[in-house]
Amino acid sequence: MREFKILAVVVFFTLVVYIGVEPFAHSQMHAHVEGHDFVYDGTADIEEANTRVENTKEALKKAQDELAKIQGIDDAPQEDIVKAQEAIKKQEGALVKAEETVKRKSLFWNNVASIAQLDANVSNGEASFGTCMACHNGAGINMGGVIPPSLDHVGSLYDRNYLIALLKDPAMASNVDHKYANTMMHPMGSVMAMVTSDQQIADIVEYMMQNKVGELEPKAAFEEACVRCHAVRYAKITQLGDTPEFKEEKDALAYKIKVLDEQALVKAYMGKLPPDLSMMIRARSPHYMETFVENPQTQLPGTSMPRVGLTKENYEKVKTYLEEVGDPSKPAREAIGPWVILFFVVFAVLAYLWKKSQWKDLH
Amino acid sequence: MAHFDENAKPFSNQWLNDRLAIDTVKRVLSTEYWIPKNINFLWAMGMILAATFGLLVVSGIFLLMYYKPDVNLAFDSVNHTIMSEVGFGWLWRHIHGVAASVVFLIIYIHMLTGIYYSSYKRGRELIWISGMLLFVTFSAEAFSGYMLPWGQMSYWAGMVITNLFEGGSLHLTGLVEWIRGDYVPGDAYLTRFFMLHVFLLPLIIIGLIVFHFASLRLPHVNNQEGEEIDFEEAAKLYKEGKKKESKVIPFSPVFLSKDIFVMGVYFILFFFLVFYNFDFAMDPVNFDPADGLQTPPHIYPEWYFLWSYEILRPFPKNPGLIAFLIAQVIFFLLPFIDRSPNVAPAHKRGLFVIWFWVLVVDMIALTILGKLPPEGVFNTLGTVAAVIFLLMWPILFIITKLEKKL
Repeated sequence: MREFKILAVVVFFTLVVYIGVEPFAHSQMHAHVEGHDFVYDGTADIEEANTRVENTKEALKKAQDELAKIQGIDDAPQEDIVKAQEAIKKQEGALVKAEETVKRKSLFWNNVASIAQLDANVSNGEASFGTCMACHNGAGINMGGVIPPSLDHVGSLYDRNYLIALLKDPAMASNVDHKYANTMMHPMGSVMAMVTSDQQIADIVEYMMQNKVGELEPKAAFEEACVRCHAVRYAKITQLGDTPEFKEEKDALAYKIKVLDEQALVKAYMGKLPPDLSMMIRARSPHYMETFVENPQTQLPGTSMPRVGLTKENYEKVKTYLEEVGDPSKPAREAIGPWVILFFVVFAVLAYLWKKSQWKDLH
Repeated sequence: MAHFDENAKPFSNQWLNDRLAIDTVKRVLSTEYWIPKNINFLWAMGMILAATFGLLVVSGIFLLMYYKPDVNLAFDSVNHTIMSEVGFGWLWRHIHGVAASVVFLIIYIHMLTGIYYSSYKRGRELIWISGMLLFVTFSAEAFSGYMLPWGQMSYWAGMVITNLFEGGSLHLTGLVEWIRGDYVPGDAYLTRFFMLHVFLLPLIIIGLIVFHFASLRLPHVNNQEGEEIDFEEAAKLYKEGKKKESKVIPFSPVFLSKDIFVMGVYFILFFFLVFYNFDFAMDPVNFDPADGLQTPPHIYPEWYFLWSYEILRPFPKNPGLIAFLIAQVIFFLLPFIDRSPNVAPAHKRGLFVIWFWVLVVDMIALTILGKLPPEGVFNTLGTVAAVIFLLMWPILFIITKLEKKL
């Protein structure tokens, strides 16, 4: 009986330590981010913009209090007053901008919702889709920072609403509008000059949803969605895709230079080379990965990573592929684990019987 | 020259006895190494530690065959070569990682058991001191091992910990550079910690384990009541077959049979962690490759260093370092700070039992607060817990001085 009491004490304190340093500490270290279940209707973006308005209002109030405090002091130096007034002006300017952003985003996503309601004409869409092929032609040539991705399965990979938004305004759709004073500077900005009417957008998206579809393997889904920016060195994948085998070292080196050139262009576009994803599945929690891919700004405000608009199903495929690369022992672990544990259960039972036989004459 | 039996067959019992005295060795170290009967499962922690150390050595040897101590290769040799190209490499790595973490849990249980039952007093001081030396060497071993995967946390924890040697306002930057072999952690740094981790420190640990066992042989193991046993008399009773009356049991096979049962239960838990919950021992941040240009948002040591880290953190630089130094050495002095004449479990020692549980709760609080961001209420609590820890030692001196002989 005494042994069980002692065991209970040991287990209790061990669990307190474990819960304290693992789940509890991690919940305090990382801000909790709500996901939106891979629905792209602008709710997240408008929420984000509203939060910025609230934060700016708070900062403005702080600046005003500061001024009041300074003015309350007899013969406060003039320069302090000027400084405080300038701070207020700065926050006022930021507030106007933040409020404008809320309006702009609401307007944009309302527009997207109305385009989604239009009656689409698939054959008109097919005709207009030709314009897309000017860039998305599979030539593997970098345009404005990245190699335009293949559109062969675009209708299955990405969310319909997201595609509408992307054709309407690529920077707004991928929630990186803060990077561009004008969306025309975005690598895909020219779409705004090429596809100009809402009806045209509805037609193209409907065409893609019906014709550019197909069941993708996890690796293919990953390559179409992520590889124009990210490499996976453990799977020999670079920004140019799967690395071919070369017989001659000279050819391998020539290919490597091509990769480095492509990486330099991606780096110039993104600000830094996006990280290799080989180990990402173990470096981030599942919740982080999910909310980050759905809307990168939520986890890393200001990041240049665009929202890619994957559907939930295809996010799962991307995750599966990253698991295959970054945690390949999972199937083996799950296969062997129960047997090892069973072995030690049997071991403990036999050891208990032995102990009993050894101790039977002692008390 | 001693007498040798010329007719003994080579490697027969007699032949070995003449040369190695194996019967005597066996008697002294196992069959007539007497252990008190009045013990509970906490007395098995020593053997569990030995077994876990064994697992660390074996898994370490397998990892060593594929690990590459080079800043350009280390990360991939661990995360790619070992984890996906070497057969069962993942298993050895997870065993090694989980064992490195769990071994500290058992060390802490073992230490606190020693404190609770006053097993560091009156003849057992050297057991305690050699145990503390083991704790410190294990800490160095854990730290040097943590550098090897060369991830973000390896790099930044290495940076922070080696910076401590600057000595605050002493500004011993030369010493820090000498330890690192460079201005910042780099290749020279990685290879020397590799050497420490796989050679020098394990060697010292093995030596200390032998010393720890040796220091135990004469004073004998303590028991649940702190009772002073006449081992010769008790052994005589046992050998006469009066096992019920005798207060002792032989190390082998009686004591061992209980140890092995406890070990079996422990291994169920251990391998559950290895297969299903290894993440706690392998911080996600360390799966990002080391990057000297990007500091992770939170830098924290592994859980077993958090309490002393939290004693360092809440104070200004110099007092913090002094408090940290005190935390590192104070446990060594425990047998001399405790002035009580009694060897007894804490619940029989009056105020000491309160002192003991305050120590446990305070160290757990420090551990948890050491991982939390040092902001707001956590910062205040951390400071309070650190101050309490420092006050515990003069208080111990006073209350044990006042303790009456039982």
